[in-house]
Amino acid sequence: MSTQVSTQVGTVAATAGEAGRVFRFILDELKPRGPWLTPFNVISIPIILTGLVILYYRFRYGLGSVTNLSQEHPWGLWLGFDVVTGVALAGGAYVITFIVYVMRVEKYQSIVRATVLNGFLAYCFYGGALLFDIGRPWNAMNPFIGNNFGYASVLFLICWHFALYMVAAFIEFSPVIAEWLNLEKARRFLKNLTLATVILGVTLSLLHQSGLGALFLMAKPKIHPLWWSQFTPVLFFVSSIYAGLSMIIFEGTVSHRVFRRLITPGRHHSFDDIVFGLAKGAAVTMFVYYVFKALLFIHEKQWDLINTVWGYWYLVEVIGFVLIPAFMFAFGYRHRSLSIVKIAAIMALLGVILNRLNVSIICFRWYEAVRYYPSWQEITVTLMVICAEIWLFRWVVRRMPVFSSAH
Amino acid sequence: MDRRDFLKSTLAAGTAALAPRELPALELRHPEEFVGVLVDTTRCIGCRACEVACGETHGLLVPDVVNDGALSAPRKTSDRQYTVVNRFETDKGEMFVKRQCMHCHQAACASACPTEAMHKTLKGPVIWDGDKCIGCRFCMVSCPFDMPKFEYDEWNPKLVKCTMCFERQAEGKKPACVEACPTEALLFGVQVDNLEIARHRIYAHPDDYVHQIYGEHEAGGTGWLYLSAVPFDQLGFRTDLGRTPYPEYTREFLYAVPAILFGVPAFLLALNALADKGEPAEPAELEFDPGTEGGDQ
Repeated sequence: MSTQVSTQVGTVAATAGEAGRVFRFILDELKPRGPWLTPFNVISIPIILTGLVILYYRFRYGLGSVTNLSQEHPWGLWLGFDVVTGVALAGGAYVITFIVYVMRVEKYQSIVRATVLNGFLAYCFYGGALLFDIGRPWNAMNPFIGNNFGYASVLFLICWHFALYMVAAFIEFSPVIAEWLNLEKARRFLKNLTLATVILGVTLSLLHQSGLGALFLMAKPKIHPLWWSQFTPVLFFVSSIYAGLSMIIFEGTVSHRVFRRLITPGRHHSFDDIVFGLAKGAAVTMFVYYVFKALLFIHEKQWDLINTVWGYWYLVEVIGFVLIPAFMFAFGYRHRSLSIVKIAAIMALLGVILNRLNVSIICFRWYEAVRYYPSWQEITVTLMVICAEIWLFRWVVRRMPVFSSAH
Repeated sequence: MDRRDFLKSTLAAGTAALAPRELPALELRHPEEFVGVLVDTTRCIGCRACEVACGETHGLLVPDVVNDGALSAPRKTSDRQYTVVNRFETDKGEMFVKRQCMHCHQAACASACPTEAMHKTLKGPVIWDGDKCIGCRFCMVSCPFDMPKFEYDEWNPKLVKCTMCFERQAEGKKPACVEACPTEALLFGVQVDNLEIARHRIYAHPDDYVHQIYGEHEAGGTGWLYLSAVPFDQLGFRTDLGRTPYPEYTREFLYAVPAILFGVPAFLLALNALADKGEPAEPAELEFDPGTEGGDQ
């Protein structure tokens, strides 16, 4: 089987005319399309240019020249938001591929391509943002090569799983690229890899979503007890499920507005049906998450911590941005109210962002008077990463059959 | 690197992703080999000769101990000073405490490091290897004593902290601070001996010391041990760090990794087989519109 397939691929590659065609096609596709003076371009181009200047200073004069990081707060916005939060929000890809390919639920087939693309780009850009944050990025390959394996390190595991997951997500998406390039044999070969890479991807996601929580286990004396738990890895994993589902609802709603022209209506399930399905899934997961949070709270006997400023802040997160959106999802699903589901999705997303920032930044060294606030440069670079990701996403969906089948 | 080495390390990487190697705990089988320093705070006079010696030895800030008035407020170690002496007003009057890296037996920083740049040597000092470090600062997040410091103003930053003068020890010398101490408040030696001496001082002078040796159990035990006349929280020590070695906190998670990495795919494959609704054996495709797809083939 595999020899047969590789011969097929070999034939494709060997055809010089075919390679030339693909090359010319890609060159042609690289040209920008569509109007230049869109609101998004007007906002994002200055942000990206400013971000590049900031990065010049960061690499020339050190992290201290543009960030508010300190010996007390070694991790700031670039790690707490870009990496820890961004990866949680990209959880939709593993949830949806699991549902569609492993559980064979066809209802969600029409959103698979966009979701996988989003997940892949999120890992590239948010994982890639790590290169700005680490102090010696020229050593970034060390966890992968040589005799430098820190087997006892959670971060070592995350490095490997990020890298492997990016490969898996790329292979999951690759049939779309082959279809775009009109390489039928390659597409069929790559399609056969999908189930294997999905299973690998789901497993890796389970481990690195929870691994991001395990990063904070050794910081026990520095994190407020309401946000530190031996079970943080489990909490991070469970919340990444509804974070991903909410992100699909949010991103899908935006895409349906912005890329209306590209989306073929018709035979597949309507997007509204899909949104209600996702809302139900998010509601169930959020209730499970909430019950787990409540059990931990009771088990750790943390009642005396509640009547403090930090306790109120905890209630804002857990009641305001977990329990309430969970009920809203359930209500919106029962009463077929799209607007309630969409508001719930935004609240759930804010809740996950709040949770990740609380664990990694806000409640880190909660006992100290001097707080960390991100500098405007850190915020600009974060926005730059987000804008760059949207640029690439837009470039891909305008050319490849992401929202529709081949042109 | 030749091809064979490459294959070897690639294979090692494969298994590395699966199984966490034994955590640093197992190096504890020969604790008698660890060296450390016993700090008797009742003997410290706050002269800061140790700060000067440290600065001179490591090419760092050499403080002007006569004029800088640094004892007026507690300081932290920094990337320019690997050790500082602080003054505290206690129940028994003025006390001075020298602080630096504690050189934990099971160091959180070392187990946090994804490249083993920060590592515990067989002799006891915890040191840093710049060729390996990627600058992720996970060691800083994990260290219960907040000792690794980062050079935020360098384009090529180092992670720095007290090395227990590892290089001097290799030449058979004591750490610079210990050698500089005029009152023998610092005692360099093998850890087990230091513990015995510390206990002996407490037994011999039961009213002069609190009956606790800070570092004997804290964070699973540290290379540097402290004696004090007053409870340690009065001297700026954290007393809530617990006795658990910090790598233990991530051990359970890391041990779950191989089980998940093998168990979950098996489970998912089974689910996938069971979810088969008896349709054509073709696996689900990354296809938008099955109708058109059928037409193509």
